[in-house]
Amino acid sequence: MDVNLLAIVFVAILANNIVLSQFLGICPYLGVSNRLETSMGMGMAVIFVMTMSAVVTWVIDTFLLVPFDLIYLRTITFILVIAGLVQLVETVLKKTNPTLFRAMGIYLPLITTNCTILGVALLNVQAGYNIIQTIVYAIATGIGFTLALVIMAGIRERLELANVSSYLRGAAVSLVTAGILSLAFMGFKGMMTL
Amino acid sequence: MTTLAQEFSKGIFKENPTFRLVLGMCPTLAVTLSAINGFGMGISALFVLVCSNIAISALRNVIPAKVRMPAYILIIATFVTIVDMVLKAYAATLHEALGIFIPLIVVNCIIMGRAEAFARKNTVGRSVIDALGMGIGFTLSLTVLGIIREIFGAGSIFNIQIMGTAFEPMGILATPPGAFITLGVMLGLVNYMFKRLGIE
Repeated sequence: MDVNLLAIVFVAILANNIVLSQFLGICPYLGVSNRLETSMGMGMAVIFVMTMSAVVTWVIDTFLLVPFDLIYLRTITFILVIAGLVQLVETVLKKTNPTLFRAMGIYLPLITTNCTILGVALLNVQAGYNIIQTIVYAIATGIGFTLALVIMAGIRERLELANVSSYLRGAAVSLVTAGILSLAFMGFKGMMTL
Repeated sequence: MTTLAQEFSKGIFKENPTFRLVLGMCPTLAVTLSAINGFGMGISALFVLVCSNIAISALRNVIPAKVRMPAYILIIATFVTIVDMVLKAYAATLHEALGIFIPLIVVNCIIMGRAEAFARKNTVGRSVIDALGMGIGFTLSLTVLGIIREIFGAGSIFNIQIMGTAFEPMGILATPPGAFITLGVMLGLVNYMFKRLGIE
């Protein structure tokens, strides 16, 4: 698999944005995008955990599952590894870096059930990336998630002041907004795809 | 104590996972390109939901409360793997179309939500009824969304052409923005309907 690293970055952040064109992580996208500050915290936590879990699952897949022909155990192994990893990160962070823990600690438990993490781990081994590409892909996807989240938070802060029909208030209008945002991101697809 | 009929119907109407609780949005948006994909996803989730609810409610007195989450994830992941293998063997096209969203049933919040909110406190029988209601509600919502997007986006329903040759398909409904907008508008319509019927 020989893919340009810059191409991976461009496609993962813009052309094939994880939220707006691959539909992963919609729950936190709708849940945590109320305020700019919280969405930044969530985004940082996602980038961090996503990169770590992509690397760990890649190592397990390459050196354990593939050689021993256990690919059918991917789903189970990956989700357990991710759940364990999140717990570990939480514990380590609490002890070693309390400031960082305060900044993103509350988002960590939420991340276990964030489908972007498992999704990226699976997409990554399916694409057959090497370890460098894995790291770049995971970081770029995390940045793409944060970007979508932050833009959405900015829009929603204004949307709260807008006069929206009571039936559409909340999730409905957020989804329509996300649709328009996704339309804008679709423009990048014409520039490059993998 | 609610009756069994109420337990069953709440997942379909009052607490419909997609339109009322707004849970499990990722598969809802991603696979509703056509009615058959939506239906396939719904049935897969229904199977996992029923099996995991049975297992979790049967083991509810055995699993210690502190490690219940990892235990639930393990149980759910087992059934998801079964679904993955069965679809790969008997419905290859559907397996291809649903792609990554089959393994991602593991992190579908509806399934974890029912385990946490219902199966761990109720008997096996009630949990099955609850899972069936929720699963059917999810399947119905996905199928309806799939039908809407397929009719207007491709002019067909369950792959049968119905709109005639003069029909110009609305391309946007087949794209990611179309998924978001269709679901958003449907949510609004369902809210309107429920308010009109006086159900809150």
